[in-house]
Amino acid sequence: MAMAENTAKIPGVSDEVAISIRNMNKWYGDFHVLRDIDLTVQRGERIVICGPSGSGKSTLIRCINALEEHQKGEIVVDGTVLSSDLKNIDKIRSEVGMCFQHFNLFPHLTILENCTLAPIWVRKMPKAEAEEIAMHFLTKVKIPEQADKYPGQLSGGQQQRVAIARSLCMKPRIMLFDEPTSALDPEMIKEVLDTMVSLAEEGMTMLCVTHEMGFARQVANRVIFMDAGQIVEQNEPEEFFNNPKSERTQLFLSQILGH
Amino acid sequence: MSDTHANSIAFVRDTELPPAPPPVAETGVIRWMRENLFSSVLNAVLTVLSLLVIFMVLRGMIPWFWNSTWNANSLSECREMGSGACFAVIRERWPQFFFGFYPNTEYWRPVLTFFLLFPAIAPVLFNRVPKQALLFSMLYPFIGYWLIWGGSLGGPVGTLLGVVAAYLVYRVLVQHSTVLALLAGVAVLIIWMLFLNDFVIGQLSNLFGPGLEQVDSRMIGGFLLTMILGIVSISLALPIGILLALGRQSDLLIIKAICIGFIEFIRGVPLITLLFVANVLLSYFLPPDTTFDLVLRVIILITMFASAYLAEVIRGGLAALPRGQYEAADSLGLDYWQAIRLIILPQALKISIPGIVNVFIGVYKDTTLVSIISMYDPLGVVQPILSDADWNGILWELYGFVALFFFISCYSMSQYSRYLENKLRTDHR
Repeated sequence: MAMAENTAKIPGVSDEVAISIRNMNKWYGDFHVLRDIDLTVQRGERIVICGPSGSGKSTLIRCINALEEHQKGEIVVDGTVLSSDLKNIDKIRSEVGMCFQHFNLFPHLTILENCTLAPIWVRKMPKAEAEEIAMHFLTKVKIPEQADKYPGQLSGGQQQRVAIARSLCMKPRIMLFDEPTSALDPEMIKEVLDTMVSLAEEGMTMLCVTHEMGFARQVANRVIFMDAGQIVEQNEPEEFFNNPKSERTQLFLSQILGH
Repeated sequence: MSDTHANSIAFVRDTELPPAPPPVAETGVIRWMRENLFSSVLNAVLTVLSLLVIFMVLRGMIPWFWNSTWNANSLSECREMGSGACFAVIRERWPQFFFGFYPNTEYWRPVLTFFLLFPAIAPVLFNRVPKQALLFSMLYPFIGYWLIWGGSLGGPVGTLLGVVAAYLVYRVLVQHSTVLALLAGVAVLIIWMLFLNDFVIGQLSNLFGPGLEQVDSRMIGGFLLTMILGIVSISLALPIGILLALGRQSDLLIIKAICIGFIEFIRGVPLITLLFVANVLLSYFLPPDTTFDLVLRVIILITMFASAYLAEVIRGGLAALPRGQYEAADSLGLDYWQAIRLIILPQALKISIPGIVNVFIGVYKDTTLVSIISMYDPLGVVQPILSDADWNGILWELYGFVALFFFISCYSMSQYSRYLENKLRTDHR
C-alpha cells in the first residue's frame, strides 16, 4: 500500500507498526466477505473506514480483536500473531479496546462496576486502584457524577461515553470503534465525537468505522473506502473527499454528502 | 388565552398555568369502585356474582372451622362433640405428619436441624448477611446429615475431608483450566468415595466414638422427608442445571451431545418411572454388596429430573441475552468462565427466575410421588390413618393439613422469587 510509507511523515505517528494485516480473507459459509485485505496501521494513526452497508467494514475491525475469525491470511496486532491460540486472543483483546454501535454496557452492573470489572478480573488489579482509574476516565468523558447509576438510567450518548471509558480503563494501545454514533439521536452524536476527538489528540491509535465525515476530516490521517469486501481506495482525508479517484468512491461520497 | 385569535398564528405564552386539582368525582373510593368493579354492565354483573360466590364459600367454611373439635379419640367421638371439622386427628397424629416413624425420643434432632436451616440458608438468600456466614452454610449439609441419620461423627467428617480434598485439587488446577479443574475435582471426590471413604470413616469413628443413635432411612417420613428431598434436590439441581444449559450451548461437540442426550432422556421419562428405577432397578446395576441408601437414591434421581428441566429454563435465559453482551465481555479480554460467571449468568438467571422457581415448586410438590415406592411422605402418612378404624372416613382435615403445609412452603418460595426479581431490577423502566 502506497499510503503506509507516507504516514510516518505525519506528526504524532511513529514508524512502529501497531496492526499489520496481510492477505486476509474471510468467508461466511460460501459468502466471501473480506477479500485479500492488506492494511498496515502505524502507532498513533487515526483511520476512518467507510463504505456502503454490507461492504465488510465492521467485519474487518471485528477480525482485529478476533470477535470474528478469519480463514486465510495473517493478522499481527502489537507484535502478537492472531491465531486460534486462546492465550494470544486474550492477550490481544486486553490490549485492544472496542466500542460497539449498541454500547453493550452490562445492564446488571453500575457504571463504576462496568469500568472496574475487566481491570479487576483480567489485570488482577486491586479494587481501590481500579476504581481510581475508572473515576479518572469517567471524569475524562465528563460523567463522573453518574458512576453509581445503572446503564438503563443513562441517555444513549452518555452510555456510549461510558463504553469508551470502560475500554480505556484497560489502558489499551489501540481502540476500535464500530459505528459508535449510528444508534444515537442527532443531539447526542456531538458529545461522543468530542470524546473521540480528544482521544485522537492524545495520540491513541484508532480505527473507526463511521459515516461521520466531519469527524473524518477533522481527526483522521487516513480514510479507507471499502466495497464488496475489498479496500477500494485509501487516501488522506483532504484528497479523499476533494479528489476521489475511483468511480465507486465518487458515487458513495455523492450519496452521503449530497444533502 | 384571550389574546389568541383564530386569525393570528404567532403566539407566545408569557405566564405559566398553575396546576389544578382533578374534579372531585375522579378521586377516592367512588372512582376506584367505578373503575375496578362497575366499569361496565358486564363487570357489574360479574362483581355481584363473585361476591355471591365468596359469601357462599365463607358461609360453609366459617362454621366448619368455628365448630371444630380438637379433643377426641375417634371420628365418631368428634361427630358427637361438634358439627364442624375434626382436627383431633391432627392433634393425635401430628408426630407422624412431621417426622414419619422417626423414633420419638429423638425428635429434637430433626427439630434442631430445621432451626439450623435458617442461619444456613440466610447468607445464600440475602446478601445483607455477612459473607463469613457462608462457612456455616457449607458445613450445614454435614451437620444436618449427622443429626438426622445419626451414627458416629466420623461419617460426616470423613466425607467432609473428601470434599475438602476435591476442592483443594480444584483450587490448584483452576489456574490452568477451569474445565480440567472441575473434572479433576469430581474425579478426586469419586475416588475418595470409592476407595478411601470407608477406611477414613472407620478410623474416625474409632476416634469419635459411637455418637448419636442411628436412624434408618425407612423411619424418616412426613414433612421431614419432604423437606430433605425438596431442599437437597433443589440445591443440587441448580448448579447441575446451569452446567447442563452451558454444555448444551457449548462448541465442544461431545459435551454438547452428552448434555442434550441427558436432558432429552430425563425429560422424556415420567418422574414415577425414575423413582421406580431408584427403588428397584438401581440395585441391579450396582455391585451386589453396596448399601446405597434409599433416600440418597431418590435424591439423586429427583435431582437429575429437576436439573434437566432447570437446564431448559436457564437455556431460555441464555438465549434471551443479546449477542453484544458476549462480544463486550470478549472484547474486554475476559475468558470464557469469567464472562459466564460475571456477565452472562447474572443476567440469564435473573431473566429465568420465574421459570426456575416454577421448576423448584413443581419438584418440591413432586416429592410426594415417593409415597408410591412406599416411603412415608405426608401423603403416605395419610394412608395408614385412613385405614385406622378410629379415623375411617376423615378426609378434608388430613388433606387440608397437608395442603396447608405445601402452600406455606411453596408460597414462601414464590414470595422470595418476587423479592429477588425486585432487588435485581436495574433497568428502571
